[in-house]
Amino acid sequence: MSAPVAIEVSGVDKTFRIPTHRVDSLKERLTTFNQQDFRELHALRDISFEVERGEFFGIVGRNGSGKSTLLKILASIYAADGGRVRMAGRLAPFIELGVGFNPELTARENVELNGVMMGLTRRDARSRLAAVLEFAELEEFVDLKIKNYSSGMLVRLAFSVMIQSDAEILLIDEVLAVGDASFQQKCADVFHEIRDSERTVVFVTHDMSAVEQYCHRAMLLHDGDIKTIGDSGEVARSYLRLNFEQAPSGADADMGGVADITLADVWLEDRDGERITNVEKGSELRFGAALEAHREVEGPSFGFAFTNADGVEVTGFGLGLPKDVPDRLEAGQRVRLSGELENRLAPGRYVVKCWIHRDHNYANLVLHSPQVLDFVVFGKDGAGVVSLDHEVTASVEGA
Amino acid sequence: MNAEPTAPELREVAGPSALGGGRSRFFELLWLMSVTEFKKTFFGTALGYLWSLVRPLMLFAVLLLVFTQIFKVGSQVPHYPVLLLFNIVLFGLFQEGTGGAVSSVLAQEGIVRKTQFPRLVIPLAVVLTAFFTFCLNMVVVFAFMLGFGVTPMWTWLLFPLILLPLLVFTCALAMLLSALNVRFRDVAIIWTVIALALNYATPIIYPLKIVPEGFLKQALLANPLTPIFQQARVWMIDPGAYSPFTIASSPWPLIVAALIYVTVCVLGVWVFNREAPRIAEQL
Repeated sequence: MSAPVAIEVSGVDKTFRIPTHRVDSLKERLTTFNQQDFRELHALRDISFEVERGEFFGIVGRNGSGKSTLLKILASIYAADGGRVRMAGRLAPFIELGVGFNPELTARENVELNGVMMGLTRRDARSRLAAVLEFAELEEFVDLKIKNYSSGMLVRLAFSVMIQSDAEILLIDEVLAVGDASFQQKCADVFHEIRDSERTVVFVTHDMSAVEQYCHRAMLLHDGDIKTIGDSGEVARSYLRLNFEQAPSGADADMGGVADITLADVWLEDRDGERITNVEKGSELRFGAALEAHREVEGPSFGFAFTNADGVEVTGFGLGLPKDVPDRLEAGQRVRLSGELENRLAPGRYVVKCWIHRDHNYANLVLHSPQVLDFVVFGKDGAGVVSLDHEVTASVEGA
Repeated sequence: MNAEPTAPELREVAGPSALGGGRSRFFELLWLMSVTEFKKTFFGTALGYLWSLVRPLMLFAVLLLVFTQIFKVGSQVPHYPVLLLFNIVLFGLFQEGTGGAVSSVLAQEGIVRKTQFPRLVIPLAVVLTAFFTFCLNMVVVFAFMLGFGVTPMWTWLLFPLILLPLLVFTCALAMLLSALNVRFRDVAIIWTVIALALNYATPIIYPLKIVPEGFLKQALLANPLTPIFQQARVWMIDPGAYSPFTIASSPWPLIVAALIYVTVCVLGVWVFNREAPRIAEQL
């Protein structure tokens, strides 16, 4: 044990009874004696883990994996059916930004109300106001009713309320990166600061680059069970793997029958030849693939495309066999592709697709795999699809 | 490495509940939410807080016209106009408190599902808000009482003894109704009818004296609100009026009223406590 335990979860179970036909009215309740009208959803099964003090702990999982239910149990919003949760210190849950904000009230009143809701005394809540407004850069609007705030101002206020909370333990659900670029930078800085502080954070997200960036450790939930727990990079990778396992077709899928050429291996590596699945923004990136022909293929060409999380094809390349060898592959022959990529990818998750054609004709598809590789580019300032180098300066003219 | 001495102890997390989270937090939250709600009701209206005074006065004017000019109920009742106003305001506290509380937990769905805080605050804040309005209204009522020639009496000091049981009853019903309404959305609809029925089953616009002896009168006396309102009349406006004990020919209706009162209180606390941990899931 290196540090005292801040959160101890042992054997937590949670089942939701979901009525197949919801009994919402008295008449239905009185006339429906059949109690079998619901199905049970086992949201969490015997979950046990510990979070140490000062740790930034990530919880990841697909939708419906139980991560939000777990967070709500930690936050005392749901009652667990079994097991117990113990915590050391005061807890501030942020299940959603700006919960309980009343649009009819001013920022001043909302900050106070929110503070009290989070367990502060009114005096403490009021004394926090200045710091909250300063961080949110909203000092001038303190007495404006927040229904008149722009959505950007609102998230800044909400985020700032969260950041300025002095609770020892923070529960945060998917509330990173709000506001404009400069505010996002500020948020990122604060997260780094919290990461290195004594405060304990439990952080639920879908964003694997955030997990790798901030979390000391992480946990992957799948169908209510802990699938992986430990190093955040490893958890992020197993999350991505989990996502692709359930994709309609994997790397070995082909267009029916045995493919004439299969992709034996595909990878990314760094400058030192280490295979990687996470790349820092702007760092050198090398691509490698190994293919194997199972039959004779005339005029093969290979195409790869990089798609970002929004499904946008960001870049791609295609190539054939080199000029100095016959433009044909015999059965059993192997092809190795390798080379450097200029890494201008914006931070985010990327998926690599692969196509192989014969006779250099796009109509003659030999192999098509929608997901042969996935990787994450991490780094700050994730705006846009690509990050272009720029040298832009300002100059003042006139007078 | 040893745990630092400053490290807080591990403590069991109890989960959501009706109270929970410390007493001072409960009261601060209750106060803030009530004040907020109170401010909100009148915000944006031209008359602002004046509305809380004008509204009962207008209602009072209508009823006064109907019951003194058309039905002539009040002609033999001393200080009838003031009594009517007083009763309307008193019943207004009950009606606003319970009527507002019924759907309060549903209306606050957003915060119930997303934050941890004592659930009991929600219905009680509604009652407290109604109480704020009531206090403002009472200023008007006292002004009218003096204006209409009601002589100040030492029994006015006993008013808290009227208010307390009424507030407790209102809170208990608020808890019961708001918790039940999460499960059965019909409660809100049924309650509007029951509240109207209670309005007529309580001596507000008519004196208990004119009700013929018999089952009807016994039934009215078994309404827990009746003894409260009747006693209020004696202490506040008309010392010559019958107290609920003298007007009842047998003690049974009053015993039934007391039983109903206690049952509602116990049920309110019990049901709300039982439902509180699961409210967030059922919304």
